[in-house]
Amino acid sequence: MDVPDQELIAAVLEGDASSFEPLVAKYQPRVFATARRYARREDEVEDIVQEIFIKAYQKLSTFRGEAPFEHWLMRMAVRTCYDFLRKHQRNREFTVTEMTEDETDWLENRGEDTTDRDTDRDAAKALVNRLLEGLSPDFRLVIILLEIEEKPVKEIAEITGWSVSKVKVTAHRAREKMRNLLAKVAPEKYL
Amino acid sequence: MKLDKIIDQLLNTARREEPSDKVPYAFEKRIMAHIADLPAPVDAWASWARMLCRAVVPCAAAAALAVVAWLSVSPAQQPETAALDSELEEIVAMAIEMPVE
Repeated sequence: MDVPDQELIAAVLEGDASSFEPLVAKYQPRVFATARRYARREDEVEDIVQEIFIKAYQKLSTFRGEAPFEHWLMRMAVRTCYDFLRKHQRNREFTVTEMTEDETDWLENRGEDTTDRDTDRDAAKALVNRLLEGLSPDFRLVIILLEIEEKPVKEIAEITGWSVSKVKVTAHRAREKMRNLLAKVAPEKYL
Repeated sequence: MKLDKIIDQLLNTARREEPSDKVPYAFEKRIMAHIADLPAPVDAWASWARMLCRAVVPCAAAAALAVVAWLSVSPAQQPETAALDSELEEIVAMAIEMPVE
């Protein structure tokens, strides 16, 4: 039978570090999925997840139990991913390269329901990733949280510590930047 | 605008594609190995409360000793205190008896 999170947390805080292991085992799939939105290389994803759990362990005494542990942990996960983006910003300069054949095909066929075809889906994914990598950490974070994960603006403000208006302005600018990047990479006839 | 439509379609694709939640084998063991080298997390309030509880007995003992010490010393001081009282009484009486001009 599963031991409730609160009991495990209390045990860890009383000095039983091994009680942290069931918490890691329970939440690591979700943390991995979140980290994979921000990093593509698997070694980077593993490093991020490791950092998230170590931070969670070190700051466990600040968890007051007002919200579920999962919410507290996922908030920490998003902040750690954001820190990762900021640290690696210099290595991720956007480069204007020719579109692949699949990406060009996707642009030609867009409007049709091509989501069932693996190549089209992969081409769209590649194009999205390319655009996301061209964004600054702030822009990327807000696009992932607002447009892809469809979180409410208020929740994003809580996670990031930004004001609601800053989230809205950043989202608007991020979209504008995506438009500019797409205009750079996509052949004019498709735009 | 065409660009906005394309971006909407791309984001829609990203929305439908949930990232994998696959976890490397025994990843939790790796985390626990790192944690073993770290100092245990401390709940500051709980530690403070525990320290207070532990301090109750020595504080009570110290207070009891202080009372015993005071009781054993105070009878010797009684005559002195009585003399002070009578002096104070005299001063007050003199002040009352002084003629008013």
